[in-house]
Amino acid sequence: MSQVFIGMPSLPAYGQGNLFATESFPDAAHHELRDDQLRKNLRHATTSIREKRAHVVGELPDWEDLRDSGSAIKEAVMADLPAMLEQFEANFTARGGTIHWARDAEEANRIVEGLIREQDTDEVVKVKSMATQEIGLNEYLDEHGIKAFETDLAELIVQLGHDKPSHILVPAIHKNRSQIRDIFLKEMKDVDPNLSNDPRELAMAARAHLRRKFLSAKVAISGANFALADTGTLGVVESEGNGRMCLTLPETLITVMGIEKLLPHADDLEVFMQLLPRSSTGERMNPYTSFWTGESHDDGPKNVHLVMLDNGRTAALADTYGRSALHCIRCSACMNVCPVYERTGGHAYGSTYPGPIGAILSPLMTGIKAEENNSLPYASSLCGACYDVCPVKINIPEILVHLRGEDVDSRRGQRRVPSEMDLMMKGVQWAFSSGARLGLLEKALPLGKLAAGRDKKIKRLPGHLAGGWTSSRDIPAPPSQSFRDWWVKEHESPAAGTPGRTDTTGQEK
Amino acid sequence: MEAREEIMDRIRAALKDAPAVPEVPRNYRRTADLDHGQVLEMLVDRLEDYKATVKQVASADLPSTIAGLLGDATSYAVPHGLPPEWLDHDSLREDDRRLTDAPGHRLTVEDLDGIAVVTSSAVSIAESGTIILDGSTTQGRRAISLVPDHHICVVPASTVVQLLPEALPRVDPTHPLTWISGPSATSDIELERVEGVHGPRNLDVVIVTDL
Repeated sequence: MSQVFIGMPSLPAYGQGNLFATESFPDAAHHELRDDQLRKNLRHATTSIREKRAHVVGELPDWEDLRDSGSAIKEAVMADLPAMLEQFEANFTARGGTIHWARDAEEANRIVEGLIREQDTDEVVKVKSMATQEIGLNEYLDEHGIKAFETDLAELIVQLGHDKPSHILVPAIHKNRSQIRDIFLKEMKDVDPNLSNDPRELAMAARAHLRRKFLSAKVAISGANFALADTGTLGVVESEGNGRMCLTLPETLITVMGIEKLLPHADDLEVFMQLLPRSSTGERMNPYTSFWTGESHDDGPKNVHLVMLDNGRTAALADTYGRSALHCIRCSACMNVCPVYERTGGHAYGSTYPGPIGAILSPLMTGIKAEENNSLPYASSLCGACYDVCPVKINIPEILVHLRGEDVDSRRGQRRVPSEMDLMMKGVQWAFSSGARLGLLEKALPLGKLAAGRDKKIKRLPGHLAGGWTSSRDIPAPPSQSFRDWWVKEHESPAAGTPGRTDTTGQEK
Repeated sequence: MEAREEIMDRIRAALKDAPAVPEVPRNYRRTADLDHGQVLEMLVDRLEDYKATVKQVASADLPSTIAGLLGDATSYAVPHGLPPEWLDHDSLREDDRRLTDAPGHRLTVEDLDGIAVVTSSAVSIAESGTIILDGSTTQGRRAISLVPDHHICVVPASTVVQLLPEALPRVDPTHPLTWISGPSATSDIELERVEGVHGPRNLDVVIVTDL
């Protein structure tokens, strides 16, 4: 780029807000795993949603073609982001919308607060939105005397329970029906004291609780799933109708959206509206989707605002290996297939974004050194299930490995005394750097066999690292000879050289 | 520096490696492979799966069908552009239960709360069981198909396509669009689906075979 920036920002500009693991993942996982009820709820929920997804994805013969298109469209958006944002801005404002730009969470919160104050109210209704979770908008508004009512059923459960979401699609996935009934009985003033734990009855209680709010609210706050650059259109995908209520009835609508949510053309919805619902809720299509373009006469809000949020997205974009994490359309398929997430749940990740995508997105947005976010890239067995289900083909395992490297590099030279890992790696480096050294070490293999004893298992190793490994696992006894020894013996035997001899009978020995 | 300029500068700096803009492959299905009868059958199947009730009638039977579905509803809303012949039935003519939403005479949310509504629709997608309303005069403002508790939605058979890519060219994305796939629903409690939350709890779809 030939352009010289005057007062060029110091890159990368990291995000703030609810993007941090405040304790390391292994520690957080340790106490989350003790909650049997949580594990039961999670297993049930992730299993059933996985099955639903697999069923509706299997129906489409062109699923892989859709993924290829979705991935390429998002890559094109990122590569051409400045021009695309300018195009979107021009179209959105031409139709009566107002755009505000927010460098970080704090700035976004202040903008939203100001817009609410302009309408002379201290109450707003909210559609579920990850961006506003990320910036901690509800807490901010609460501190400033504005009450934000979550209207999505699961968000309502979380809000009434003074809890934190644990999944980006079904934030109350960690609560079962009886726990939810107890929250409603305790927190909803107007609720029937004989409320049962039947999901239908609970949903109807939520409907009654929120109805008056919807019909009288002056200001609504939403996120957006998509923004179309060529028309200036915004879209929200939902199920319950709370989204439609918020997007249609109040006079003022404030949308908070990350800068990466753009799609180039309205036509691109034909790809994403096939990918998202099937990956997300495992439905052929979600019950309701709304699209609006600026202000639309007497059909919908008169004051239409959009807050465009950076908050660490440009930092993620600057990482050439990690930037594809910004392709994420927040479907949550990666969480539902992740063996780690299924056991620990979302709270263990600390950040608004849990699961495999959170394990890369949070450190990319905050920098690997922030709080305990360097523990997140290790919250994975690298099995690759997340990559297989990702509708936009984000190679999560590859980015996890890249971020582990970042973590190791960031800590290099910080210690005075080398760690066990450093020493082990040094040892391995020494051994692997010459065949003679490796051969020498291999001579010790029978010792390992001896140590394993009669049950052929090594049950305990010394040290923090190796000892940690064997605290929950046994190591099988090593073979009495190395592969290289075996090879030499085979090839020195009289039959050696006979074609086919070594790779058939040789292997059976 | 203003936030906008600073963010734009950050983006340009982040993209200093000038990544290539890839060619987007479009190898997914974009044209129907079913005949129109099969497409209608698929739409019915999908909508019923969402717990909507579906009727298929000829246009001559549309008024009586609507009258039957309205039953003894205390009142119902219609958009001002709804074809009058759709309501040409003994029980619906000069009907004081009917509230018409028109420019200059807008129904309030209090008018609409809990009543029924009859609208047409712009285009429907069989494969996903999706009906798109585009705010034109036969469908009305978004509020009239949202606040009522019972939505009777007329789908002319000629507006039904098999695939989503066939549907989008038929609607203007700058109009307020509502995509409806069954009645409102939630799966937020133990992922058990419950139909009918904040949107209309009952969705009746009437496919008109000769429109």
